[in-house]
Amino acid sequence: MTSRLDHLDRAKLIKLAIGIGFAVLLFFYPSYQQDLVNAVGADNTAAQFVPTVFNMVVICVYVVMAIGLNMVVGYAGLLDLGYVAFYAVGAYVAGWFATQQFSQVTFHFGDVGSTSTVPGIHVSIWLLMVGAAVLAALFGIIIGLPTLRLRGDYLAIVTLGFGEIIPQFVRNADSLHGFNLTNGSFGLSPIDPLGFGTNIPLGITTLPANFLTVSNADTWYYRVGLALVALTIFCSIRIRDSRLGRAWVAIREDEIAAGAMGVPLMRTKTAAYALGALFGGVAGCFYATYKGATFPGDFYLNISIIILCMVVLGGMGNVWGVTLGAIIITYLNFQGLGAIGNNINSGFGIDPHSSLGQHLDPPSNQGIIFGLILVIMMLFRPEGLIPSRRRKIEFEAKAEGVEVDLDDAVSEIDIR
Amino acid sequence: MTADSRAEQKPVLAALPRITGQLNRIFTILLLGGLAIWLLINFIKAPDQFLSVTLVGITQGAIYALVALGYTLVYGIIELINFAHGDVFMWGTMITVTVAGTRLGLDGSQSGLVTAGGLLLTLFVAMVFCGALNTGIEFVAYRRLRNAPRLAPLISAIGVSFILSGVASAQFYGFNYTGVDDIMPTHVLFDLGGVPYRLKSLLVVLITIPVLLSLVWWVRNTRQGKAMRAVAQDTEASRMMGIDVNRTISVTFAVAGALAGAAGVLYVTYYTQTRFDLGFQLGLFAFTAAVLGGIGNLTGAALGALCIGLITAYNDGLSWHAPGSDWTQSIVFTILILILVFRPEGLLGEPEADRA
Repeated sequence: MTSRLDHLDRAKLIKLAIGIGFAVLLFFYPSYQQDLVNAVGADNTAAQFVPTVFNMVVICVYVVMAIGLNMVVGYAGLLDLGYVAFYAVGAYVAGWFATQQFSQVTFHFGDVGSTSTVPGIHVSIWLLMVGAAVLAALFGIIIGLPTLRLRGDYLAIVTLGFGEIIPQFVRNADSLHGFNLTNGSFGLSPIDPLGFGTNIPLGITTLPANFLTVSNADTWYYRVGLALVALTIFCSIRIRDSRLGRAWVAIREDEIAAGAMGVPLMRTKTAAYALGALFGGVAGCFYATYKGATFPGDFYLNISIIILCMVVLGGMGNVWGVTLGAIIITYLNFQGLGAIGNNINSGFGIDPHSSLGQHLDPPSNQGIIFGLILVIMMLFRPEGLIPSRRRKIEFEAKAEGVEVDLDDAVSEIDIR
Repeated sequence: MTADSRAEQKPVLAALPRITGQLNRIFTILLLGGLAIWLLINFIKAPDQFLSVTLVGITQGAIYALVALGYTLVYGIIELINFAHGDVFMWGTMITVTVAGTRLGLDGSQSGLVTAGGLLLTLFVAMVFCGALNTGIEFVAYRRLRNAPRLAPLISAIGVSFILSGVASAQFYGFNYTGVDDIMPTHVLFDLGGVPYRLKSLLVVLITIPVLLSLVWWVRNTRQGKAMRAVAQDTEASRMMGIDVNRTISVTFAVAGALAGAAGVLYVTYYTQTRFDLGFQLGLFAFTAAVLGGIGNLTGAALGALCIGLITAYNDGLSWHAPGSDWTQSIVFTILILILVFRPEGLLGEPEADRA
């Protein structure tokens, strides 16, 4: 008995060691990124495949969002096609409270990078990230309360509707009875940077007062992004194993049975929405700060679908799968596709401006590629690259027709 | 909805559903009353403008109706929101540009007979192409998923929608607007306060109405239509009765696609331009129309489409306190959300236990 326990512990320890090693490698990525490029050869087109630190930050943002969406789609089984709405809430929290947008007032609280006479509201981005989380969660509850009674595909359409209304509202709200709320399609900029206020010496490094004033701003944003990812993964796993997480799975597998067992359906589903939205808000706030601006063009439906694509590709319900899916797709979207295109062009001697070059250009074929990923995954591997064990069983059981179609059964009995 | 709210209710709150039901009714009456007053004031202030905008709305509604019927047919039979349907419609517009504009070279300068013949040929090609496309989509992307969890075919449909618009933009028609010259006759029939009503607007309506009527007749009276309704009611039972379910579903997709193709021809000849992302927005408007009328209900879809056509036209065209075209999308989607939340069975649909 004891020997078996030892064995288990050893396996766990090995896993933990690999995990820590991987995390350390990731953490120091900016320090050896240039070495990687040099190893390939800086003037070699293949070097374009090495992810830049900028892309690593973007990947962090999308990983956080994908894990947030996974709580809604993967854990609770509610299809949300308007997830980008929460990202918009986060981005505009940063846009309103850390720019000169409301120049009627001058308010400073813990911000960096601007003197205290600069007009507008300027609040510390650290606080705003918390604020964005709370506001996005509230927004999730507001959207969720009336809509979560709807059945799966109707819910998807309603969320899609919200996801389309929000960018239009943001675009048009530059003159709400003469009041400029969002500055329309010009967006809000510049957004204050992150920073620690004063330079804090910490061992071999110094925490910078203002990320923008140091030479390696991307590196610092990357570190913060990585911390956000770690926090998100930790929260996501803890919530999954909690009473709430188990209630989500119960609802996903059989809503009526879960309700009969005393799971409060509305409250549990709304919680899924709120918690999923929370991470979208944080990611939006962080990304807006990193880019220094936010535009309504950032929240089109494609983004919601691309995040959904990450969740589906990686494996609905599995945090690690979703993380992997987000890494793959964000990398492809922001760098990989372009690099592939350039390599094909230089490898086969195709002129990128010729008709053939334009037809083959991977970035402009983005829609086809992501569409194919969705269809192929659904047809051949609906459980994703790294399946959640439980989700896989569900897909297989349904495919073999083991389960009775509950919706049909209910409409015949008429529970009213 | 009922199961959980009942489980959570305390006895004191037992009357809550009745009160909220009444609030719903009052709210609906206020909303519709406000809308009626707004329309009336607009009518009194500028009757000519009001009437010409109404005519525009009817034309738009006719095009929405053809697309909405496709959503309703498919939803009625396999309970799938066919996300790709809007993009099938978009392909209908693109095929029209290719056939009528590029191949046949129609530009409105030909004689009436040639134009009519060319347009009929285009209509035929577009309907066959879109019907085949829609059937193919069902065969490749949905058929295997018929018994999968509900989200699977929906996600697959979203993927197909992306593929269709991606192929149109990146491979064939580019990312900018493309279009044809004014092919349909543009004689001014009459003038309303400076806004001419042209023959082509009338033609759109005149082509749509017989198509709708023959579709309703086909579903109600033919053998294939009856098979379709049987499969929609109970797939298993109709299979036992000897109905070829797969074939029936394929036929449904073909008919839905053909309607979208016809809508595409009418759209492009009426508005003279199209773009790869047209299908997404118009598809959602048409879907809203189908939901508004009661999804699965053919007459409802046509009625809903007329309503959506009129609402968008009034919003874009009226001058007294109209939000304007910047807000069209928001208004249509708000209607969609309100209908789905408060009356998911739509205007004409039967209340259904599993839909709420």
